[in-house]
Amino acid sequence: MHIVDGALANPVVIGGAVAAAGGIAIGLKSLDLDRIPTAGVLAASFFVASLIHVPIGPSSVHLILNGLAGLLLGWAAFPALFVGLLLQTVFFGFGGLTVLGVNTVNIALPAVLTWMLFGRLIARGSPVHGAIWGGIGGAFSIAATTGFVAVSLALSGDAFLPAAKLVFFAHIPVMAIEAVLTGFAVLLARKVKPELFIKVATS
Amino acid sequence: MAHALEPQAKTLTEAQGGFSYGLISDHDPRMRIVMACVFAIVTVSLSTIPALLTALATSIGLLLMSRLPIRRTLKRMAMMDSFIIFMLVLLPFSMPGDAMFTVFGFAASWQGLWKAVEIALTANAAILALMVLVGTMEPVTLGHALHKLRCPEVLVHLLMFTIRYIEVLREEYLRLRGAMKIRGFRPGTNWHTYRSFGYLVGMMLVRAIERSERILAAMKCRGFSGRLLLLQDFRMTRRDHLFAATLTAVCVGLLCLDLL
Repeated sequence: MHIVDGALANPVVIGGAVAAAGGIAIGLKSLDLDRIPTAGVLAASFFVASLIHVPIGPSSVHLILNGLAGLLLGWAAFPALFVGLLLQTVFFGFGGLTVLGVNTVNIALPAVLTWMLFGRLIARGSPVHGAIWGGIGGAFSIAATTGFVAVSLALSGDAFLPAAKLVFFAHIPVMAIEAVLTGFAVLLARKVKPELFIKVATS
Repeated sequence: MAHALEPQAKTLTEAQGGFSYGLISDHDPRMRIVMACVFAIVTVSLSTIPALLTALATSIGLLLMSRLPIRRTLKRMAMMDSFIIFMLVLLPFSMPGDAMFTVFGFAASWQGLWKAVEIALTANAAILALMVLVGTMEPVTLGHALHKLRCPEVLVHLLMFTIRYIEVLREEYLRLRGAMKIRGFRPGTNWHTYRSFGYLVGMMLVRAIERSERILAAMKCRGFSGRLLLLQDFRMTRRDHLFAATLTAVCVGLLCLDLL
């Protein structure tokens, strides 16, 4: 998922950085005094959640959960996921500094789209109804992320097309896993703290 | 990112280590951030193999100066390479050019191979310099330095909160995993595992939100008005100027080498 320095064409890198700055600016505007700690703690918990390895056959995948981040944070998912990516890049060496903008857009824009499309649907109806929409949202956000990664590679040159396709198809199992896990996470949150999503959907 | 961490390793505290990193850590953090950005941009703009090799050598030189644990840092770098290896392996086959050899009827081109080598060198040189120059900072110092470099205040606050709570939430996660283990939970490819992990994530998030409400209440109680006072001050010394000048000279040298 992480694109590295040097792989993308300059226009893609610059476009990504500008788009990321715009998204972060919108997200920061939505963060008032009361929501800064919430966004910070949630950003930290998504950072930790991505440490969970979920077994799938002989291998395992680590969670991304950007759909769930979007559902809980709305536009604030943009700065929150950016902070996570920045810390990963600087302290763990994943991704790269010049492509930080592109990587942020690839992860955070699907989160915001998931929130726009499914935010209200998740807060409505029975918890199971919400969980099913949560699952669809979780799969959608990963599909959109891999789609964006593939597009950023494809825009940088035709030579990357096979790699772009490979990225997309390799992530189909990840989509399924994220869908199931997001669904169950939403189910639990709806049962334990029903007001959680209602607040986000209306804010 | 998780791939680089051993189960018991600390998340961010591991990166800082708790001791002084030789010649790098004494320098002004703001200067290190700016120089890491300059170096990354210069490296990305290079396009000849000798220049890129020199850039990688510069990064390795910085690594040796920093007294970071060399094996672990290089292992992390190799982790990043494992992400991109598929893309790099595919490149010779997908890029048209002079045939090098054929596998199952697919021709590999020299141009594609060189492109792959170029990307690998760029990525490694840039990320290694970043990890040495910025990754050796205390995460909190990074927040202060970004504030002094005029990053939006709310973004810096968000960064500080995230840094503060990663360790807390990781401990909570390990506690919950411990509780699961003690009840005989073993992850496998089955519905039960996915449901349990889903509930685990959900529980972590619900608790995180409730924790953040308590944090906010406690902070308001102490007069929090939406601003954290960041008091750390930095000063550029002569050594900092010298370091910045030397690295800038190296960058200019790299650009010249690239044009030759």
